[in-house]
Amino acid sequence: MTRTSISRLLACALVAGGSTLLLPETGHAADAPRVRIENFSFEPQTLTVKAGTTVVFENDDDIPHLVVADDKSFRSKALDTGDTYAFTFSKPGDFAYFCGLHPHMRGKIAVSP
Amino acid sequence: MTQHHDDGEGISRRHALECMIWAGTGVLWTVSGGVPVSLNLLGAAEAAEAQASGFTFLQISDSHIGFDKAANPHAIDTLKEAIGKVKALPAKPAFMIHTGDITHLSKAAQFDNADQIIGGTGLDVHYVPGEHDVIDEGNGRAYIERYGKNAKGAGWYSFDQNGVHFVGLVNVVNLRAGGLGNLGAEQLAWLADDLRAVSASTPIVVFAHIPLWTVYADWGWGTEDSTQALALLKRFGSVTVLNGHIHQIMQKVEGNITFHTARSTAFPQPAPGTAPAPGPMTVPAGQLRSLLGITDVAVRNGGQELAIIDSRLSDA
Ligand SMILES: [Cu+2]
Repeated sequence: MTRTSISRLLACALVAGGSTLLLPETGHAADAPRVRIENFSFEPQTLTVKAGTTVVFENDDDIPHLVVADDKSFRSKALDTGDTYAFTFSKPGDFAYFCGLHPHMRGKIAVSP
Repeated sequence: MTQHHDDGEGISRRHALECMIWAGTGVLWTVSGGVPVSLNLLGAAEAAEAQASGFTFLQISDSHIGFDKAANPHAIDTLKEAIGKVKALPAKPAFMIHTGDITHLSKAAQFDNADQIIGGTGLDVHYVPGEHDVIDEGNGRAYIERYGKNAKGAGWYSFDQNGVHFVGLVNVVNLRAGGLGNLGAEQLAWLADDLRAVSASTPIVVFAHIPLWTVYADWGWGTEDSTQALALLKRFGSVTVLNGHIHQIMQKVEGNITFHTARSTAFPQPAPGTAPAPGPMTVPAGQLRSLLGITDVAVRNGGQELAIIDSRLSDA
């Protein structure tokens, strides 16, 4: 990959600066479990959380991505570089999701009771 | 400059012939029965003759207005350069097609900027959306309101020019988890209906954003239900499929169908499998314009063959 590490650092800096603004007031930016979107993949691909947890998805790529639940139960706006999206998983179960722009990108939130 | 000459008759006699042009290397190769063979390149004189006796149209793609990251902080300037090249063409194209990703984020100001720059050619422009053009709040409403007045569904349509039937398809909406680009049942039914009245000897040009053949499934570079569209195109003597999305030239000939993808005017992407992921590729300063460009297509009167001529922004 020829993307420079400088652009990667810059993208991360933008995430750090912008995320708190986009989080709901009840969220705790620093504590919230995160799914990072990098190199067209969700990291971690499976994230396990307890019911009631707010998960933050953050886009660290130079291209927008869009988080959509397979069952359509949640859907972000297009996330540009550095943008975040927060969703609270109130019910237990496995929630598979994908990127609405690049549907080969897939991930899962496993919500325990 | 990369040129490719599609000799329709020669190709139909061969079985499962494939050819590809890889951007940057200038290598043209074909495989016939497993043996690589070289194809005739269209000479400059032939190209000029084609232009004199037929018409040309111009393809631009992936202008990504609004993109400002390291791979090209000034995507707006490289679109202006591309349009400058269009204006300077010795033979004025009959019209332009834009194969999507006009904008980076579907914002009104980005569409406005693109329209203003592309409008500078004074040419009619036929658009199809890329996935970056349908991420407004209304999931594509902004695109349809601007470009879809005479289109069906998410923006598909057809038109005729000098005996050639052109079809613009949309394969960037209602994408399915784990899937590739998607045309959908409604559009396929429309396509079957649209082609019904077209004679088999009519040259067909189909254009859409995501390639209508599987270039690289791991990166989503293909359209899951394209085989159904291609089946509808089998009975025609000459079919040319023009796509964008992958920001590099790739070509394949299969039977009566020539597939070709255009360069972006904004930023290059890696060749399939050569990087951990697709996406904007930052190249050393001075190389960017050799990886961006436009595509000129020449149609000869009464002929089945189309000449596809790619030129780089860095070409004099
Ligand atoms: Cu994506």
